[in-house]
Amino acid sequence: MYWQKEQECLPRPDLAKLQLERLKNVLKKVATNVPFYRNKFTELGLDPEKLTSLEELQQYPFTLKQDLRDNYPYGLFAVPLRDVVRVHSSSGTTGMATVVGYSKNDINTWSDLVARILCGAGVTPDDVIQIAFGYGLFTGGFGLHYGAERLGASVIPISSGNTKRQIQIMQDFKTTALVCTPSYALKMADVMMDMGVNPNGLSLRYGLFGAEPWSEAMRVEINERLGIKATDNYGLSEVMGPGVAGECEECNGLHVNEDHFLVEVLDPKSLEPVAPGEVGELVLTTLTKEAFPVIRYRTRDLTRLIPEPCPCGRTFVRMSRMMGRSDDMLIIKGVNVFPTQIEAVLFEIEGTEPHYRLIVERENNEDRMTVMVEVVESIFFDEMKKQRALVENIKKRLASELGIGVAVKLVEERSLERFNGKGDRVIDKRQL
Amino acid sequence: MLVEQIAVFLENKSGRLAEITAVLADNNINIRALSVADTADFGILRLIVDNVEKAKSVLKENGFTVGKTTVIAVEVEDKTGGLARVLQIIHAANINVEYMYAFVNKTGENAVLIFRFEKMDEAIAALKEKGVTILSREQICAL
Repeated sequence: MYWQKEQECLPRPDLAKLQLERLKNVLKKVATNVPFYRNKFTELGLDPEKLTSLEELQQYPFTLKQDLRDNYPYGLFAVPLRDVVRVHSSSGTTGMATVVGYSKNDINTWSDLVARILCGAGVTPDDVIQIAFGYGLFTGGFGLHYGAERLGASVIPISSGNTKRQIQIMQDFKTTALVCTPSYALKMADVMMDMGVNPNGLSLRYGLFGAEPWSEAMRVEINERLGIKATDNYGLSEVMGPGVAGECEECNGLHVNEDHFLVEVLDPKSLEPVAPGEVGELVLTTLTKEAFPVIRYRTRDLTRLIPEPCPCGRTFVRMSRMMGRSDDMLIIKGVNVFPTQIEAVLFEIEGTEPHYRLIVERENNEDRMTVMVEVVESIFFDEMKKQRALVENIKKRLASELGIGVAVKLVEERSLERFNGKGDRVIDKRQL
Repeated sequence: MLVEQIAVFLENKSGRLAEITAVLADNNINIRALSVADTADFGILRLIVDNVEKAKSVLKENGFTVGKTTVIAVEVEDKTGGLARVLQIIHAANINVEYMYAFVNKTGENAVLIFRFEKMDEAIAALKEKGVTILSREQICAL
């Protein structure tokens, strides 16, 4: 089923024409309204007026997460605040937050794009959809919520957490579609077992999962244990939130909403396009966003395009599920975590370059992160009370910085191996 | 009046205590008293030794995290009520004990109590006033 069949099945040549027209438009708009882009374009001698092909976008500069941070909070907005009706902020962080904004039209478009994803995954206006993503600055909850309402489904805005209550409500309200992270779906299956709830007795039929990487094996497990059809969807707040791409019921790759987003897949080192079908970093340009357009945003997510047409009839290109990151970002319980954030907190507490190691595990379908910290003289006390207070202090500061709870383990000085690369400080034991 | 104590951070893994004592023995350092405070994850070893500076440097050389603090060593007769009397004085002066441990000296006549108080100076004054024997660094080393 389609939500906007005409657009979703637009013949490729027509799509390319539409994209070029919209691309030119957005480039002109940012050049006029956003000093950051204007300066960059001028520096490189780029004139959006002269754009004649989509390929010419490759001459344009990238936008990085750091650019968003540097322009915190409103520096990259392309409309005055009075035209902004909503802001969201990237998940989890305080010190390195990024802010994005939406105009009325943006919210409208966003709702339609999410409705497309829901439709593609099998959801209809007859469905009862339980949204177990956090509502708040994170785009997941509200993004899915507005899309589901647009579609006309009955929405249960339960937000994240309290698994037993989720299951109770799922039973009582006869939920037919579940929206959450894939690991949380498995956690729910575990808790159902503990509660003696038989998933086959539920009304659940569809699951739309996103916000963290997962695998085909996890899909099979979710489908079997919950008796549903699980689909993947993708989005990021910097570009819009959920609704950027999603799987159709073929369950073989995520259709990118190409009439609103231009996709590039580049070699993360050379930054040149990879051969068709090869794995590279996903780079996205928004074609229609008013309040917060981004040009060539480097997502750091690794994927590959599937150029073959999809049996579902949509002409939008598909991309594979996310295969990892081209930087050291971790996604823990759906929250983005950078090792540098942990480093900064430890540095503040210790007053020296910290030696630490991050261990990420998945236990009972729940992510767990342990920060191992070497005890140097500045954070070593002869009194147990003070030593334990230090551990609690580190935990508290990390939780407030990252937005998720972490375990802290003190280890002896020089007991952690020394690494040059920061990536090596992370041991991700999760088997997806 | 104050005695120096060294503290060593210990991860809870086997053999660490043995390693520390071996390092000290190899360097001819004598342990006068020790105590271990521990949690499930880690421990803090506190030592009174005859050569604090040397002990600290050799342990550091061997990769341990070492801290140095001052404690008070009190000598009491090794008989019933010895410790109770000292603690009553401290309690009456409204001073908290952070931690303490004890050992009996070689002659077996006296016990030595090692204290870390919240307010060290006030504790010394209170103990002195009541005529409690406080040992100096030299006296501890000579025991």
